[in-house]
Amino acid sequence: MRHFATALAALLSLPGAASAQLAGEPFIHDPSTIMESDGKYYTFGTRGGGLVSEDGWTWHSGGERPGGGLAPDVIKIGDRYYVAYAVGGGGMNGGHASNIKMMWTKSLDPKSPDFGYHDVGVVASTDGVENADAIDPAFLLVDGRLWLSYGTYYGFIRIVELDPKTGMRLAGNQPVDIAIDMEATALMYRDGWYYLLGTHGTCCDGPNSSYNIRVGRAKSVTGPYLDTMGVPLLKGGGKLVIDGRGRTFGPGHFGLIDLGGGMEKFSMHYEADMDRSGRSVLAIQPLLWRDGWPIAGDNLKAGTYEITSERSGNALQLNVDFVRIAFDPRRSFFAKPDTPIVPVPDQTLAEDQATWPKDKIAVDLGEYMIRPHQQWTITPLAGAGGYFGSPYYKIVVAGTDRALAATPDDEVVTAPAFTGAPEQLWRIDQLIDGSYRITPKVKSASRRDVALVTIGASTPTLATFDPASDAGRWTFKAP
Amino acid sequence: MMTKALPVAAGMAWLALASAADADTPAPPSLAPYFQPAIGAAKAPDADGFLQRWLLLEPIVKPNRSNSGFTNSYVRTALTTHYFPGQFTALPKDGETVKGAAPLRWHAFDAVPFDVTLFTFAAALGKPTYGVIFNAVTVVHSPREMKNVRLAVGSNAASMWWLNGKEAVMLSGDRRMVMDDVLSPRLTLAKGRNVLRGAVINGPGLSDFCVRFLDEDGKPIRDISVDVK
Repeated sequence: MRHFATALAALLSLPGAASAQLAGEPFIHDPSTIMESDGKYYTFGTRGGGLVSEDGWTWHSGGERPGGGLAPDVIKIGDRYYVAYAVGGGGMNGGHASNIKMMWTKSLDPKSPDFGYHDVGVVASTDGVENADAIDPAFLLVDGRLWLSYGTYYGFIRIVELDPKTGMRLAGNQPVDIAIDMEATALMYRDGWYYLLGTHGTCCDGPNSSYNIRVGRAKSVTGPYLDTMGVPLLKGGGKLVIDGRGRTFGPGHFGLIDLGGGMEKFSMHYEADMDRSGRSVLAIQPLLWRDGWPIAGDNLKAGTYEITSERSGNALQLNVDFVRIAFDPRRSFFAKPDTPIVPVPDQTLAEDQATWPKDKIAVDLGEYMIRPHQQWTITPLAGAGGYFGSPYYKIVVAGTDRALAATPDDEVVTAPAFTGAPEQLWRIDQLIDGSYRITPKVKSASRRDVALVTIGASTPTLATFDPASDAGRWTFKAP
Repeated sequence: MMTKALPVAAGMAWLALASAADADTPAPPSLAPYFQPAIGAAKAPDADGFLQRWLLLEPIVKPNRSNSGFTNSYVRTALTTHYFPGQFTALPKDGETVKGAAPLRWHAFDAVPFDVTLFTFAAALGKPTYGVIFNAVTVVHSPREMKNVRLAVGSNAASMWWLNGKEAVMLSGDRRMVMDDVLSPRLTLAKGRNVLRGAVINGPGLSDFCVRFLDEDGKPIRDISVDVK
C-alpha cells in the first residue's frame, strides 16, 4: 500500500478546533444511504422523517418518508428513488414477524412537483417463527440486477433479487442466507467482489452500545462471504471496518457515498455523540481500500505537519532564503570516540524567519530539511462549513499567523495573516488510498474541480484534480 | 436495528416482550431443521471440527432483561450456582428429569448445522427463550492423549465450559456467536472419554453456541468423536 502508513503521528488538539462531527442537528438513528435529489442531500431514519443538507456537512431535520417502521434504505434507478423500509420485527412489539415494504418517488424534495410516494408492496417478509427477521433492508444494483439484503441478530441475514423496473420481487426468487449475527447490512460491489457489511454488537444503549461495522466479501452476490481470515459470515465472521472512537460510540448502518475522483466516504450513525448529550447522530467518514478491503479513514486531526507531495516527495514550503544551522562538519568527521556528546538545537522560527518578506510569500516544494518554513499548523474551523464530513481548515506556517491562500489566477501563496476569507480556507479529504486531496474553498473561475497539484517536482499550483495521478495527492507527516 | 441490550426506556416494555412476542407466534418452530435425535454410533465432528452431539437441558429460568449485565463476576456467579443435583458431576441420560426449582428434562440431539441453536431448542419445546440458562453436556472420545489442544467456543450470549470437571474457558459480556471467539488455555484431551460440560446464559434475543477443539497449529481436531454416553 503506497500511501497508507505515512500520515499520522501524535497530534496536538487545539482550542477552538471544530468538532470532528457534522454541523447542524444531525440527529438520526439507522440512516439510509445518502441520496442527492433536486440539489440537496437526504437521508431517512427509523420511525420516519430524516435529514437534509445542501453540502453534506450541515444537516437539518427534513425530508418526508411515510410508513414509519425501521431502518429504511434508498436507491435511485432511472428517474425513481426506491425506498425500502421494515414494518414489524426487530424484537419489539411484533416480535420477529416483519415485512419489508417498497415505495418510490421521483423526488425526495417535498416541495418538488415530482414528489409523491407510490406503494410497490411487500418484497420480503418473515413469519416470526422462521430463523430470520425481515428488517434493515439494503439495496445493491450491479449490472442491471437489483439485490436487497435484510435481517438482524435473530437468525440469518438474507438476500433477495428485485426487479429494477418495478421494485417488486422477481417471480420465483427465494431468499438466500448469507450471514448470521449481524444487522444493519449494506452491500457494495468493487473490482469483481461483492462486499457485505453489517453491524455487530449492541445498539440503542447510548455510550454502552458496542455497535461496530464489519465486512466480508464474495465472488457471488449470494455468497459465501468470508472475512480476511477466511471465517464465513455465516459463522459469525467479519473484518472490522470501524468502531467507536474518542467521544463517539457505536457506529452502525453503513452507507456508501461515492464522490468520484478517487474519493469515497460512508455514512453511519453513532449510537452516542458525547458532545451532543449522548444522542444518536449521523456521521460521515472517508472510506479507504487496502488490499481489496474497505476500512475507515479519518479526517485530518488538528496539528503541525510536513505537507508532502506524493508526486515528488518534496515538502510544501515558503519560498524563502535557506538558513543554515550553525554546524562545523569537522566536529563530526574528526571527532574521537571519547569526544563529549552534546545535543545540537533545532533551528528556531526566529532564525529561519529573519529574512522573510513581510507581505505575501510564494510557496514551492523542496527537500524536507526540518525547517520552520516547511512546517504547517492545520486546524479545522468551527462554523466555516465543509463538504461530506470534511470541515474547512486553516493552514498556517507553524508558530505564525501566515496563511496558505489561493489566488484569483489559481496559484497558491501565503498571506501575512489569517483573515478567515474563503481563499484561506481549505478542504482536506482523504482519498481511497489513504493520501489526501487539498481543495480551496473558492471555486476557480476558469478551471473545473481545482485542487492543490504538483505540476513540477518543486512547483505547486491550483489545477484540475486528476484521480489517476500522484500530482494531486498529499500526505501529512509529523514534523 | 434490534435491541438486544435494551435501553432503560424500553425496559418496561421488555418485561412483557418475551411473553408478548411468544404469544404472537402462531406456532412453535420445528426442531427438524436444526436437531435430529442422537442415535447410532458416536458422531464424528463435522468437516470443520464442530461438535454436534449434545445432551441439552431444558432452560433454567434466570430473568435478565438485558445482556449488558453479563460481567465476568455476574456470569461466574450465575453459571457456577447449583441449580439441580449432579449439575457439575453427573452424566445425564436422554429423557432424564432433574429437580431444581422446576423439573427439567435432558434431551439428546445431533445438531444439524455447525452450531447448537438453543433458542430454537427451547422455542420448539414450548419452553422459555429469554432470560434463561442452558446446560449442555457431551462426551468426547479421543483415540489417544492429545496435549496442547484448545477448546474454541462461540456463544450467544455468555457461557462457561468445563473439561473433565475443570474449568476450561469463560465467555462473558453480551456476545454474539462467532466461531473461535474465545479459545481456552492449552488443555489435554485424555485417551478415551472426556466429559465436556457447558452453560450458556441469555437475556433477550437469540441464543446458540458452537464448539470445537483446535490443535497447536490452530487446525480443527477431527479424529475424535462425541456421544451422549
